[in-house]
Amino acid sequence: MIGSSLQGLLSGSIIAGTPLLYATLGEVIGERAGIINLGLEGVMLMGAVVGFSTTVKTGNPALGVFAAALAGALFNMIFGFLVIERRANQLASGLALMFCGVGLSALLGAPYIGSQIKGLNEIRPPILSDLPVAGPILFHYDILVYLVLPIAILVWWALFYTRWGLSLRAVGEKPTAAFAAGKHPYRLQYQALFIAGLLGGIAGAHLSLAVAKTWAEWMTAGRGFVAVALVIFSKWHPLRAIAGALLFGGAIALQLQMQARGVPVSPFLLDMLPYLLSLGVLAVWGGARRHAAPASLGQVFRGTE
Amino acid sequence: MGLTAEQANKAPRFRRGWWASSIRFFGLFVLAFLVFAILLLAFGKNPIKAYIDIFSSTLGSTYGFSEILVKMIPLTLTAVAVAVPSRIWLINVGGEGQLYIGALFATWGALTLNSLPPWILLPLISVFGFLGGGLWASISGILRAKGWVSETISTLLLNYVAILLVNFFVFGPWKDPESANYPQTAEFVDAATLPAIGGTRVHMGFIFVLAALTLFYFVLSRTRWGLEMRAIGGNPEAARRSGIPISAYITLLMFIGGGLAGLAGMIEVSAIQGRLRPSLSPGYGFIGFLISWMAGGNPLGIVAAAFLLAVVTAGGDILQMAHGLPGSAVNILNALILFVVLSRQGGKVGVK
Repeated sequence: MIGSSLQGLLSGSIIAGTPLLYATLGEVIGERAGIINLGLEGVMLMGAVVGFSTTVKTGNPALGVFAAALAGALFNMIFGFLVIERRANQLASGLALMFCGVGLSALLGAPYIGSQIKGLNEIRPPILSDLPVAGPILFHYDILVYLVLPIAILVWWALFYTRWGLSLRAVGEKPTAAFAAGKHPYRLQYQALFIAGLLGGIAGAHLSLAVAKTWAEWMTAGRGFVAVALVIFSKWHPLRAIAGALLFGGAIALQLQMQARGVPVSPFLLDMLPYLLSLGVLAVWGGARRHAAPASLGQVFRGTE
Repeated sequence: MGLTAEQANKAPRFRRGWWASSIRFFGLFVLAFLVFAILLLAFGKNPIKAYIDIFSSTLGSTYGFSEILVKMIPLTLTAVAVAVPSRIWLINVGGEGQLYIGALFATWGALTLNSLPPWILLPLISVFGFLGGGLWASISGILRAKGWVSETISTLLLNYVAILLVNFFVFGPWKDPESANYPQTAEFVDAATLPAIGGTRVHMGFIFVLAALTLFYFVLSRTRWGLEMRAIGGNPEAARRSGIPISAYITLLMFIGGGLAGLAGMIEVSAIQGRLRPSLSPGYGFIGFLISWMAGGNPLGIVAAAFLLAVVTAGGDILQMAHGLPGSAVNILNALILFVVLSRQGGKVGVK
């Protein structure tokens, strides 16, 4: 009994943590380039709705994931134009993007409310998935869950062990110095936001294609903001984000488990868990991590006078 | 967090030649409406008819116009709720949650103290509403003053907690047993209802708005506090060294901002809904943030922007009822308007 609920909790954390991790990785890349994007919520919604509608129309969830990633990236370019080209305030632009995403996804998704899809197939690798305990916990997921760890490692490698990553981080720390060293701050920031959009779109697609398998208005329910909090929690580091996403996914899974088991606590109070956990963890970790933030986060390169 | 870097992006004030720039501004608004029209067209709706419906139903009749005024009341308050903390570069994105908690506190007062006469009960639940929103925002204020959590993140996350808390009470302990499966509290007694002004839908909440705007302007431009806030906003380090209590200002301004949003919540339950429901606000808190940004914290600008966005918000209801669009589709128009404002502001600051 306890074993099975623990097992359910662990696999629930992995499933709920996956979209969070995709979104967080995207936000890490953007913030490493000095851009904080509160519009992630909108990007995820666009990914969720485009992924879902593509899947309904074509019956091919893989195509849905690609469409979602592309939609997320293109949608994020609106934000890029505002904060990079027009040097607009990043926080306000992010919120505007969120609004746009909420509205546009509602408009696009209206015909698909109630549509049924099979969603992403569960892939059970032979032998591994038959292992006694590890099998059900680790090896009965859709492709996006298996891919998220390699992608996290790839992001880590790209940010810290490639010339591109070094330039990107230099832009996030001190764009004028990066510019003087022959880098292109604007181009790098656009690239960062494009990739962030791809990952945000995939995050949304995982919600609508693998977790919920339906479309509902504002189905991300603040997960985009939780991901922004997760970036701080993980000190802008892609590998620490894995642990963070699992922890926060765990909060979501715990709440679902308690509801499923009929624990006599109002579902509304349980639903608060992920948000309160985000706040609590940020508060406790508070002072120590302040210096980990990219130095120019929130500022925009204005060229050199 | 490094978010203080927002200081670089100062909110614009009206400068010389603002006539010319407001005409260009107007052109940009037209652009936003045009893009939305194209979008409507793409979804098989007739944009011309939609716009005619929006404007004739809002500005074309006395009833419609009074509806706009009614919507402007919470929008102005939530905008000032953002503008007050923004004087020292605090970013309050939690107006929605503060509004909900204000409504929650006011509802508690209205339901438990319902035997009091109106001249005691109404001021009392107004104070409750203010306190509720204010205390809720103070959580973020204290977290920021201690340097633990950026107020942007905490106010955002607390929105969800606040809405869930209201849901908890409305579906649970406070649910009106007489309203069957409908989640809502019992109806307020007359003594807890803000009266309407002379047979229109416009109600006494209007007075709160005037008071808030006047005080906001007066305190900022005529008092020592306003001066100290400008000092903190201009150079926090210098302000700290000259003995201005920055932490106290952070908590206090978040409290006042949240209180105003909470007052908007009290007004909505007392004057409009007459009871607490989960669908208390169509995003007034978020739209208030946009208004404050568009207005650059200028009180008259807030009124103008609140008017514009009240028309758009009311138009959203029309689009939903008459044109079969989802209610949140109007968020696109809000966002488009903000996009043009943002792209304009940013460019201008860069040129200076």
